[in-house]
Amino acid sequence: MNTTTIANLSVGEKGIIRDIPFDSVPLKLLEMGCLPGKEVELLQVAPLKDPLYIRVNGSHLAIRRDMASLIIITKSESLCEKLKL
Amino acid sequence: MRKTEVIKVALVGNPNTGKSSLFNQLTGLNQKVSNYPGITVEKKSGTAKLNDEVTATISDLPGTYSINPSSLDENIVLEAFINESNDYPDVVVVVADIENLKRNLFLFSQIKDLEIPAILVVNMMDQMKKKGISLDIAKLKEELKSEVLLISARKKLGIEELKTAILNYKKVQTTTIANIANRVDADFFKKVKSSFEDISLYKAWLLITQQHNFPNLNQTLKNRVDKFRGDTDKLKRMQNKETILRYQYINDILKKTYSFDAEKATGLRSKLDKILTHKIFGYIIFASILLLIFQSIFDWTQLPMDLIDTAFAQLSDFAKNQMPPGLFTSLIAEGIIPGIGGIAIFIPQIAILFLLISILEETGYMSRVVFLMDKIMRRFGMSGKSVIPLISGTACAIPAIMAARNISGWKERLVTILVTPFTTCSARLPVYAIIIALIIPNHRILGIFSLQGFTLMALYLLGFTAAMASGFLLNKTLKVRDKSFFVIEMPNYKLPSLKNVLYTVLEKTKAFVFGEGKIILAMSIILWVLASNGPETFKNAEETIKSENSELTEKQIDQKIASYKLEHSYIGIAGKSIEPVIKPLGYDWKIGIALISSFAAREVFVSTLATIYSVEDDTNAATIKERMAREINIDTGEKRFNFPVGMSLLVFYAFAMQCMSTLAIVKRETNSWKWPILQLFGMTALAYLASLITFTVLN
Repeated sequence: MNTTTIANLSVGEKGIIRDIPFDSVPLKLLEMGCLPGKEVELLQVAPLKDPLYIRVNGSHLAIRRDMASLIIITKSESLCEKLKL
Repeated sequence: MRKTEVIKVALVGNPNTGKSSLFNQLTGLNQKVSNYPGITVEKKSGTAKLNDEVTATISDLPGTYSINPSSLDENIVLEAFINESNDYPDVVVVVADIENLKRNLFLFSQIKDLEIPAILVVNMMDQMKKKGISLDIAKLKEELKSEVLLISARKKLGIEELKTAILNYKKVQTTTIANIANRVDADFFKKVKSSFEDISLYKAWLLITQQHNFPNLNQTLKNRVDKFRGDTDKLKRMQNKETILRYQYINDILKKTYSFDAEKATGLRSKLDKILTHKIFGYIIFASILLLIFQSIFDWTQLPMDLIDTAFAQLSDFAKNQMPPGLFTSLIAEGIIPGIGGIAIFIPQIAILFLLISILEETGYMSRVVFLMDKIMRRFGMSGKSVIPLISGTACAIPAIMAARNISGWKERLVTILVTPFTTCSARLPVYAIIIALIIPNHRILGIFSLQGFTLMALYLLGFTAAMASGFLLNKTLKVRDKSFFVIEMPNYKLPSLKNVLYTVLEKTKAFVFGEGKIILAMSIILWVLASNGPETFKNAEETIKSENSELTEKQIDQKIASYKLEHSYIGIAGKSIEPVIKPLGYDWKIGIALISSFAAREVFVSTLATIYSVEDDTNAATIKERMAREINIDTGEKRFNFPVGMSLLVFYAFAMQCMSTLAIVKRETNSWKWPILQLFGMTALAYLASLITFTVLN
């Protein structure tokens, strides 16, 4: 398993949210649908590498890199990696 | 005739769900915007006729994702459901968008738990087929124990059904649905329940978990709430758990009722996103849109503004010629008519600016700008969301500062509020326009670029640079405790609805005319009074002049009297008394008068000079500009508005905090006198220094 954070995804990559440090992120992030167990995809990165544009649980959100780096995910294997197996 | 029954309806929903479209469809032009008492959040309400006997008053609450507020605007929604005052709604209509039903149901489930009749309205039914979505309404109704309707606000589908549903609101069940309490912490909620038997359990929970205090809550309720508030970490953990449980509940319901065909989900969004937030094209497109906005503010409004200007000048002359001479005529012709003209002249610019901004917001493009600009703006102490206030600031700082409300971090919001008045608002335009026309020759460079237009653009850049530079400084110096966070929705793109856009323009323009207009008009009248009255020397003007200048013709004597009167009127005395301070900047006491009076609002500068020179000089034909061009500096014999003086004035107006209404808004928005006072002294000192340097160097 490949544990990392949303901030380390490349554009187009997906992962499953494993852990969110509830004390350091606002309630609003959860209320917008960003919850443990949900799939997250990095859709786009703003030109200066920040903020990040993600799709999670049906919502399209933009969050800043510092917050994204707090959200622990396991990366879903890309198609290439699967084929190598 | 029977008295008509009134049903109070609250309209809530996430942003970008078409809530405003529905509101406009239901109420038409029967809308009014008023302020909530004590705060400047706009309260939008309207009426809809349901049948011959029953009407509904509908209040359009600010868009929110949750009843737990994360900005000032969202507080309003919570407040509306906390205080069981006269405004407490009979029924709530929750607007949801079919594409984001899951997140929309989150808000609906919270409202429903307040045990108030709630109707779920799923908007954009016309999109269902295209997006491959199907929804089992009957099943959803049963699961949510509520009325559920499919509508399309844009296409006016389902509006009559909604009206019928509102009429029958008493039949809607008011039971809770998500059963959160027992699953979050059964013991805790048992205690809450026994302590708050008079209100719904969820309302008690909301009262306990909010950071802010409710001003209108009665003391006994407050005391009970405080008992449960101690452990904030524990409460936050419970809120997190509540959120997760709510989403589980919603997922279960949607599994039974909602399906969508992933293949039909269009790739239009991602294609447009790739271009509009591209690292090169994204900025080029944004810059072009800004250019279009400025182009339209300057260029397309010239004709209507000139027409309004001429019309009011003619009206003033007409009044002067047709009415019997006297104090009253003078008040009308020299005070009130120019005063109203001074307001009317801004209508074209304000309207066009809000037209373009509301189109950008309606299409979903504004969120992309926020995304694109966030990192850059953060270096200057602001957020990507500060772009909207800064652009709005080119029309008027007041709505701009209010637009800073949805910036969630206090420091970023404060910096935005403090620097916004540097952006060149439309009130500076008449000042710039007249002075540029006086001192910059009407040449073209390379046959295309007008030198005057170029100067105007330079002044805009100057204001913008000042805003960014002071943002940078404030970011380094302000020590503010801050919990900034940034979570924004990137809505799907859609075509703007003409009706929504026009209603917004109408609403904002009206707010400007009646809000700002009052101040400008009042200032014009006060000015006129101060300019046509004075102490003893003023009253004896005629005798003094006649005895000293017996050799002149009658007309020359009249002019001398008028000018002597102005100099010895109350306003003349005020202007004279500040003359020593402003002389180093190249100004005389008449410009001093204009500076003092334009503290109320910048554009008053022009109408003041117009009033001063028209009191003094009775030749009818001359426009303000001609009168100003004729004005001579007595010390040098040169023109009063020569190049150094003009430049010094331009620089002064670029920086000075010349607007009482802005200061009042800043006080209200920051809830402290500290910040408006800092703005006033900081900006005025900067303006004085910059003008001093400009004048000294050029002279």
